[in-house]
Amino acid sequence: MKQEFTISIFSENHIGLLSQVSTVFTRRNVNIESITSSESAIHGIHKITIIVFTTREQIEKVRGQLDKLIDVIKSYVFKAEDVIHQEIALYKVSTAAILESDEVERIIRKHNARILEITKEYTVVEKSGHKSETQELFEKLNQFGVTQFVRSGRVAVTKLKKELLSDYLKKIEDEKTTKD
Amino acid sequence: MFKKKDKKKISGSEAVILSLINEGVDVLFGYPGGAIMPVYDAMHDYYDKLNHILTRHEQGAIHAAQGYARVTGKVGVGIVTSGPGATNAVTGIADAMLDSTPLVVISGQVASSLLGTDAFQEIDVVGITQPITKWNYQIKRAEDIPEAFAKAFYLAKSGRPGPVVLDITKDAQFGEFEYEYKKIDFIRSYRPLPKTDYTQIDEAARLINLAKKPMALIGQGVILGNAESEALEFLEKSDIPAAYTLLGLSAIPSDHRLNIGMLGMHGHYAPNVKTNDADLIIAVGMRFDDRVTGNLDKYAKKAKIIHLDIDPAEVNKNVYADVSILGNVKVTLPLISEKVSSIDRSEWLKEFQGLTNIETRKIIKKEINPSHKKLSMGEVIHRVSQAFDDDAIMVTDVGQHQMMAARYFKFKQTRSVVTSGGLGTMGFGLPAAIGAKMGKPDRDVVLFVGDGGFQMTIQELGTIFQSKIPVKVVLLNNSFLGMVRQWQELFFDKRYASTELINPDFQGICKGYHMPSELVESRDKLDSAIKNLVEHEGPYLIEAIVEKEGNVFPMVPAGASVSDIRLE
Repeated sequence: MKQEFTISIFSENHIGLLSQVSTVFTRRNVNIESITSSESAIHGIHKITIIVFTTREQIEKVRGQLDKLIDVIKSYVFKAEDVIHQEIALYKVSTAAILESDEVERIIRKHNARILEITKEYTVVEKSGHKSETQELFEKLNQFGVTQFVRSGRVAVTKLKKELLSDYLKKIEDEKTTKD
Repeated sequence: MFKKKDKKKISGSEAVILSLINEGVDVLFGYPGGAIMPVYDAMHDYYDKLNHILTRHEQGAIHAAQGYARVTGKVGVGIVTSGPGATNAVTGIADAMLDSTPLVVISGQVASSLLGTDAFQEIDVVGITQPITKWNYQIKRAEDIPEAFAKAFYLAKSGRPGPVVLDITKDAQFGEFEYEYKKIDFIRSYRPLPKTDYTQIDEAARLINLAKKPMALIGQGVILGNAESEALEFLEKSDIPAAYTLLGLSAIPSDHRLNIGMLGMHGHYAPNVKTNDADLIIAVGMRFDDRVTGNLDKYAKKAKIIHLDIDPAEVNKNVYADVSILGNVKVTLPLISEKVSSIDRSEWLKEFQGLTNIETRKIIKKEINPSHKKLSMGEVIHRVSQAFDDDAIMVTDVGQHQMMAARYFKFKQTRSVVTSGGLGTMGFGLPAAIGAKMGKPDRDVVLFVGDGGFQMTIQELGTIFQSKIPVKVVLLNNSFLGMVRQWQELFFDKRYASTELINPDFQGICKGYHMPSELVESRDKLDSAIKNLVEHEGPYLIEAIVEKEGNVFPMVPAGASVSDIRLE
């Protein structure tokens, strides 16, 4: 059965790593729904968050291949309920449409969105939330014409107390010390 | 205060050479060109320490490095120029990736200021080789050379071995810096040896002691881990019959009483049939390749599976393992051996013998002593093996002769097989034999090659002549791309689409390359030719004209279960 998984990949910040990571998915015909990449809470370590729909069996194989990449420190797989996640969306609508009636303002208030910028020609609205929420706002606003719409990849944190990676890093550093 | 001692600055190119020497490299295979010229220039001063074999094509250089690595267990080194030099190396690098062969391939690259400009002979080597290397890296500064080399050698040979590519820009080769070399044995993002779960050892031993019909599958992991004696000790104590994969060939001696033959598509009858009868399969350093398992839905359904491997990604990849034991089999096998009971399994072994007898009667005898006038591949290979006292290093190309060689050549010691398994690279054989002989000059190296694959890298005869490499070549000429022809015969209604070869005069080609050779067209000439092959000092080639439409049997047809293996 296919379900949604969030994969957190912690890696060294090396050129070309994102391409190595995405190749692992491509080769196994797993489509990436969303991807974000930035520095993690631990200095010098990069974090890539990827969302896919696939089977548990397939995602475990993918995880095995990700961990095999030399510059990947560790990857973790979470089910949707294991993480708290968020996406951000930006909408560009014509300022004239907003001025014509109260409706647009009502929608923005109702959806807890906010206005980032207003010019004579256009207004930029920002909304963060789950995909279904940002999508709903898009459909509402689009009745008045959305000229540009962009949604970010997902960012996610686990429901655990701290990042699993810090424990893992400590463990391997300890191993190194015993070895030395 | 101490005054910091001034170290002499050296060029990046010289640093490349010194790093190779620091890693214990004494032979490398390559082909020069514009973007790697500074390194070749630096090498010129170090020929007393570093033997460079000039091949005739970059593909040959990499296959030679593979042959060298496979027989020695050391890291093979190839060196090529940018652009076409690097793309020609790609096939060999991919081959090494699939067969877990430790390689370091050095490629020249245009100057870093020209990167991304489509400069002359510029190609994205790191991008191209990324999915076919264990690790790759572009060096853009001379100062980065020592660390990159130390990392490359550590990665190539540790854990599950594999190829590493270092792409060095021309300005990094020219740059000068204070050289210092430090070997590496730790990278925080890399775990070469996974943790072994000891409860799994207990569980494995329990299952082995309970099993009535256990079978071991020996893969290349046993050879790569230098675990041959540990494997034999385990097998002998528990009295378990052992089959081997193509790359596991020679890990255990051919005549060992527990050796029940080769697995897979053209393997032996008994181990394939018995896979579906066994109640326990102990897979040791092998990866359940599709050529071994046939149809996975009908594979070993009565058996529990114990999988021992160094690569966690291989466990549960193709076949679900009831018990998985991660780690080097050299360490994990003795832990199991300690806990297994000595059980007499002679009744179970007899079942294998019965099936082996059927195969001997229906196939092996006919192949070795054919009733037809033309020579058969199996009989030539069998006689050559005997002539070398069943103790030569066997190198093969890819195709019918490869399967025949795996079936009919015999072995007394490990690391005696060099063949392209995972990638199935035609053209692999001749250059790989060169590397194997360079790696083990004291052993006989015999190459079996077909008339198809021979012509893919035939120019390496020039390397054999120039570098005086005494390899023995047996060309099995059936004027066909035999394996494809066999499939056409069996599955495509004998429509021989583009598989017949109108061949050149191979004897004339040998003469041109100064390769002593003889042609064998009839059985009565075979023994004397083989005698010449064995006794001739220096390289020698015999071309045996074999049955045009000979087939390799037994055979597990594609998509069939291993136990539906066909004897004809």
